[in-house]
Amino acid sequence: MTRYDLIVIGAGPAGLSAAAEAASHGLRVAVFDENARPGGQLFKQIHKFFGSKEHKAKIRGYDIGAELLGEAESLGVKVFLNAPVVGLYAGKEVAVNLGDEGMARFKGDTVVVATGASENMVTFDGWTLPGVMGAGAAQTMMNINRVRPGDRVLMLGSGNVGLVVGFQLLQAGCELVAVVDAAPRVGGYGVHASKLARCGVPFYLSHTIIRAEGGDRVTGVVVGRTDSRWNIVPGTEKRFDADTICIAVGLSPSTRLAQMAGCEMYDPAQGGGKLPVCDELTGETSIPGIYCSGDVSGIEEASSAMIEGRMSGAAVAHRLGYMDGREFERRLEGLERSLASLREGMFAPKNRGKTFEKTDEGFDIAAGLLGNGYLSDTEALRYPGVKSLPGIHPVIECTQNIPCNPCQDACPKGCIAVGANIVSLPVVNESAKCIGCGQCVASCSGQAVFLVNEDAGGGWATITAPYEFIPLPGKGESGRALDRAGNTICESEVVDVRVSPAFDHTCLLTFRVPKSECGRARFWKRGER
Amino acid sequence: MRLADHPILGKPVHGKPVTFDFDGRQLSGFEGEPIAAALRAASVAIHRYTKKYHSPRGIFCAIGRCTDCVMVVNGRPNVRTCVTPLEDGMTVRTQYGAGARSGEEEAK
Amino acid sequence: MDIVNDRSRSLGDFITASDDDRIICRCEEITKGEIRRAVHDGMFSMHEVRRFLRCGMGLCQGQTCGGLVRAVIARELGVPASELDDATARAPMRPVEMETFGREVAGV
Repeated sequence: MTRYDLIVIGAGPAGLSAAAEAASHGLRVAVFDENARPGGQLFKQIHKFFGSKEHKAKIRGYDIGAELLGEAESLGVKVFLNAPVVGLYAGKEVAVNLGDEGMARFKGDTVVVATGASENMVTFDGWTLPGVMGAGAAQTMMNINRVRPGDRVLMLGSGNVGLVVGFQLLQAGCELVAVVDAAPRVGGYGVHASKLARCGVPFYLSHTIIRAEGGDRVTGVVVGRTDSRWNIVPGTEKRFDADTICIAVGLSPSTRLAQMAGCEMYDPAQGGGKLPVCDELTGETSIPGIYCSGDVSGIEEASSAMIEGRMSGAAVAHRLGYMDGREFERRLEGLERSLASLREGMFAPKNRGKTFEKTDEGFDIAAGLLGNGYLSDTEALRYPGVKSLPGIHPVIECTQNIPCNPCQDACPKGCIAVGANIVSLPVVNESAKCIGCGQCVASCSGQAVFLVNEDAGGGWATITAPYEFIPLPGKGESGRALDRAGNTICESEVVDVRVSPAFDHTCLLTFRVPKSECGRARFWKRGER
Repeated sequence: MRLADHPILGKPVHGKPVTFDFDGRQLSGFEGEPIAAALRAASVAIHRYTKKYHSPRGIFCAIGRCTDCVMVVNGRPNVRTCVTPLEDGMTVRTQYGAGARSGEEEAK
Repeated sequence: MDIVNDRSRSLGDFITASDDDRIICRCEEITKGEIRRAVHDGMFSMHEVRRFLRCGMGLCQGQTCGGLVRAVIARELGVPASELDDATARAPMRPVEMETFGREVAGV
């Protein structure tokens, strides 16, 4: 039986981070993963991540994955692929299916369980039909396999997974017929919902799927409004033509291996299945030397999983004597600070299930945003990022406390201030002079920053908005300006298209609208009204 | 169905073009892509019919977890097509039940 | 846990529901009605229901239906889902072909 200092189960963000951290201190590390490719779900994340610089904010998931994998490999981490771990025993021994080679056992002085999570499901009539799939499945099909999962898709679930995958479906050229959620409020970040809404995607909250239609594959879906007891209100049924239904109703930690090893489990207050009892920082379980890192110890973002992995990796290095006590404490302290800043704000794990009426700053949360997916024209004016100023200036429609600050770093002129607490709402500084460089627009992972020139001459205003679709319109092309709800306001000409490696595939589209519409127009669409 | 281009990912880099046999039909795909991707590109949605209720199933998780997309590949049943790489000349059959019975046998 | 294990408790009559035909365990094709009926027949834990009906014992090993089965049982028993322990986790966690399972290699 081969022995390693550390055996990591799962080559996702947490597992690779743990492996890289431990290997950087000289440990012999092996990572086992059941998939043919490493990276877990990172490589299908094509959106820009949130957080701040230290969390790799505004970098797209697949780039983060490539960097992490490169780091682990350069440090000599041995990654076994197509190698599902089928058993984990309290003696820190794993049984691995090596396929045609046979079964093999490996022994670790320590084990990090980083098995991630799996998608939750809901049932409805017809839910086993081909065409009903997890949102993650759709993401894999389009972003990894480069095949459209369907042509007309309905998304069930308005959490971040549903919203992010919904937008990616649009980017892949699918039609998103609706986002449906049984909850009365959008569950994910408002900025993600707004990206969909301004493309014209309708939100049906307090709705659920009654049935999927179709004989041998999905051809349609019927939804209905739910009352406060989750029953369908008669007469509220609505049918959509759709060939695909994506389910994004949350994730559950994949804790089976930890359970099998005998790790003590507990029921978290917010429900969602049992979790392993873990040390808050290092992830060490009730079995000394076995650690749980990432989603398996509680669902969070990949950014958090990577820090958790580092903490477990450092703890392993310290435990086995590769890192002295003081160095370990320093490392842990830094990582803890970094993780703590991600765990703040309205969407923090500690606030799960809570509803907020006001931001930390005391601004009312927009009811329109939560109920329809977009800010109403008057709601938008409430926030410190939205100001009416002479000349060109940023308008930041960021209205919830989420941990993110790249806009502040992006502005070379000091027009944008988030402050030390990265969950604070960005404030537009009226005295700083915007030069219209557009760095803030491209840097916003939530695509919530616009450049508005309220008076571009001749009675026109111009709006510069992020644009991540193809084909890119040309300068001078005429189309339509849409409002936040995706409704056509007027005809609109594209006056500038900016593409730059620094923008990382986010194009900056500048289009003009009558001056009176500068507070409403937020998206440009090809075609006539 | 295939994404010839993508605003973020650009043009895909595929393996070499190959052909395979799906229930007697000659289909094309790219070497190394999951069998399920090639089937999807050819608008094939049904991968198998279940044992008890003979109901159709297709891609559900696409990452090898749910085993709904299993088919009979090169005579071997229960192959997860969403994670099994396509090879030139493969024989892919709709699976009926849990066994290796092919569609033709089922029809008899 | 007491309430789950109290076998003297009456669950009342089994009343059929309109969605009893709905599949809960996709692999083994176990319906909601079958699970409900099993609870009424005295199978109160995830473990017992699994052994009785095979839900969660198919190819995916309960990865898809685990939470769904739990919810059906809990509702039938009238207890919060958190009261129910998971069915025992044991190797192999993923399906392994017998041919592979029987061949242990040393010193990889």
